[in-house]
Amino acid sequence: MEALDLARWQFAITTVYHFIFVPLTIGLAPIVAGMQTAWVVTKNERWLRLTKFFGKLLLINFALGVVTGIWQEFQFGMAWSEYSRFVGDVFGAPLAMEALAAFFVESVFLGVWIFGWDRVSKKIHLASIWLFALATNLSAFFILAANSWMQHPVGVIYNEETGRAEMESIWAVLTNNTLLAAFPHTITAAFLTAGTFVTGIAAWWMVRLARTKKPEHVETARNVYRPAVLVGVWVMIFAGIGVIWSGDVQGKLMYEQQPGKMSSAEALCEGTESAEFSILAIGPLYAGCEDVNHVISLPGLTSYLGTGQFSGEDSYLPGVYDVQEEYTERYGDVTADGEPVVYTPPLAITYWSFRLMIGFAAFSVALALAALWLTRKGRVSDNVWLGRLGILAIPMPFVACSFGWIFTEVGRQPWVVAPNPTGIDQVRLLTERGVSTAVPPGVILTSMIVLTVIYAILAVVWYRLMHRYTIEGVPDSVRDESPEAQDPDDTDRPLSFAY
Amino acid sequence: MDLAILWFVIIAVLWTGYLVLEGFDFGVGMLLSILPRGDKEHREKERRVLVNTIGPVWDGNEVWLLTAGGATFAAFPEWYATMFSGFYIPLLLILVGLVARGVAFEYRGKIADRVWARRCDQAIQLGSWIPAVLWGVAFGNLVRGLLLDADHQYVGGFWALLNPFALVGGLTTAVLFLLHGSVFVALKTDGDIRERAARLASGLSVAALVVAGGWAIWAQVAYSVTWTWATVAVAALALLGVVAATRARREGTAFTLSAVTIVAAVVLIFGSMYPDVIPALDGGEALTIAEASSTDYTLTVMSWVAVVLTPLVIAYQSWTYWVFRRRLSTKDIPAPAGLSWQKIKDAAF
Repeated sequence: MEALDLARWQFAITTVYHFIFVPLTIGLAPIVAGMQTAWVVTKNERWLRLTKFFGKLLLINFALGVVTGIWQEFQFGMAWSEYSRFVGDVFGAPLAMEALAAFFVESVFLGVWIFGWDRVSKKIHLASIWLFALATNLSAFFILAANSWMQHPVGVIYNEETGRAEMESIWAVLTNNTLLAAFPHTITAAFLTAGTFVTGIAAWWMVRLARTKKPEHVETARNVYRPAVLVGVWVMIFAGIGVIWSGDVQGKLMYEQQPGKMSSAEALCEGTESAEFSILAIGPLYAGCEDVNHVISLPGLTSYLGTGQFSGEDSYLPGVYDVQEEYTERYGDVTADGEPVVYTPPLAITYWSFRLMIGFAAFSVALALAALWLTRKGRVSDNVWLGRLGILAIPMPFVACSFGWIFTEVGRQPWVVAPNPTGIDQVRLLTERGVSTAVPPGVILTSMIVLTVIYAILAVVWYRLMHRYTIEGVPDSVRDESPEAQDPDDTDRPLSFAY
Repeated sequence: MDLAILWFVIIAVLWTGYLVLEGFDFGVGMLLSILPRGDKEHREKERRVLVNTIGPVWDGNEVWLLTAGGATFAAFPEWYATMFSGFYIPLLLILVGLVARGVAFEYRGKIADRVWARRCDQAIQLGSWIPAVLWGVAFGNLVRGLLLDADHQYVGGFWALLNPFALVGGLTTAVLFLLHGSVFVALKTDGDIRERAARLASGLSVAALVVAGGWAIWAQVAYSVTWTWATVAVAALALLGVVAATRARREGTAFTLSAVTIVAAVVLIFGSMYPDVIPALDGGEALTIAEASSTDYTLTVMSWVAVVLTPLVIAYQSWTYWVFRRRLSTKDIPAPAGLSWQKIKDAAF
């Protein structure tokens, strides 16, 4: 394999892996902060127990997000140095801002939160988790600013002399309409993931305890886990609405900004009015869209996603062929081998990842509805199917998030920086031109194998810890460890928490 | 002042922050099986004392690296691209080290088991030694220069990075971080371990004087400019000061002075590189500050961001050091809070 293929696989593996941990952190941090707020305000111990329980899971998860994130920043320069040279003037800024504005807050205040239960006042301790939660979300904003610029380069001019993209307006980069849609979509997807996680675990525990019929267990199910189920459900409901709304906005933008991505999501060959939304296609998608049979389709829906019109002239969507023709005429790039560039992403991946993203998110809907119904009017459910559905649903939004990113990134191909139809033509870069030229393929292969092996080992450790700490459940007894609640003369007591 | 030069200075400041802060993190990690003494149980307690001296702060310290990396990307894309692709293998190894020790810090206490703790300790030590040495190798090569072609691509290959000067550079950072770590432990702990750390620090500052002094003189004679002799003098005086201050049990002063040594080393490194970001080697091309830098617009934007946020970062990060200012000893360490290995093992997939 060539350096390009290896670097692409490496980017795909490490990024999809990193983004397993990220959405849960983004969504769970504010939920845990909310639980701790409820404890501080109501002084009801249930919220402290839940804070400790979900807080532990949050920390186990966050650790891997942190350590896999360093590679994310390094690999642009290491494996994609030519990309970095071309875009650095614009692309580096949001990354540096992320570190300065978000990472520092995140890691410094998380340290205060983990170790500070008995060191800082209750209010400062609560403020620490909120700062941590806000910073994780802010961090997502800057990263998405960088990514959205690759989808839709704005605020930039092309320097003929150096052959580089140069930033003209940071404001344009940070208010990119692609970003303003991608940010809510990513954040709400993260909240959907975390809401499903909380509801799934709490529902499983509620059912498990209720089925013992022991009064003290049923009491814990009612008093601790049922409220947690509902917290997760309401997060899912709001996040779910947000995901659909922001996804709809993204569809319209995609139609304007990256028409090839839209048509390849549908494996739509020829441009058409009132384009159908295909649910199941059979045929050799890997070979193109020629012999593909759209077996089940919803009329006009794809046109609606792209244009807001189900039918009529305004519902026209260009097909894969139209985009190929237009881009060839406009850019006419050739590959390193002198072949004309194919401006169509791999359809099998775009078509299926788009559907799987939507399909996997549907499990959360089922869980939210089931949990809401079975806990109605103060009920504590002992329905074993709710517990099973809860556990089953937990991984699904993670998978949906992965497919969402796979769709976004693969759908942009062959570009690493897609040309902006209303922008400056020269600010565009083919993925194959972005890879490091000074790094031999064997070296990239080595790093890919090393990272994959390490990541696989860490995944096993992470999973077993998450799994076992979930089975441990909320602590039976908690105490207020804050300095206010301590005997001020007792300065010799051990730390309330230590590694 | 020229904005590109200002950013060269800012990058140096960010690396200084990183190496001073994570320098003692590395040192503590490297000392994890060197300092603790006594029977099995006591050694485990002392190791937990060591880990917890940096527990609340290590992650915040590491962000200085991410900021230095991100700022280099934003302010000097050419530098970032050439350096990171040229140092591919060393950076990969550093990264593996940072991953291993980060996870080990966070997961060490999650399972209460002797074998697990030992595995994590090994990961922490390996993950501290590797970067401690390799950062020195990398900076040694930047002082010496790299073989670049006309397109500013590194063409020297991996083995050329392991030249004697760079390797002594690696030894230098390793010794400096060991010293910095032991001074930090003396400052942050109480009891036996504090005494041991102080004794070790005295010895290490003499070792550092020899190793780092030798490397600095080599750098001065072979690659540097006249004014950076001042940094060599400052570092030497600071190292002597560390010996005196440790003997006088002025651990705060000793820590400040070992930090000064690291600052002096960074000034020497960046001073020798100036006005290049990558000096030329053997008739190859140099990459200069002016060639590598972003446009004035980008640098202006980033300057505002840095001017507003950096003091804020320093303020709240310092505050956390104040929050966790208490010295730790074995009696402060609570019983292990993790789950037993049996419980982890019995949980079916």
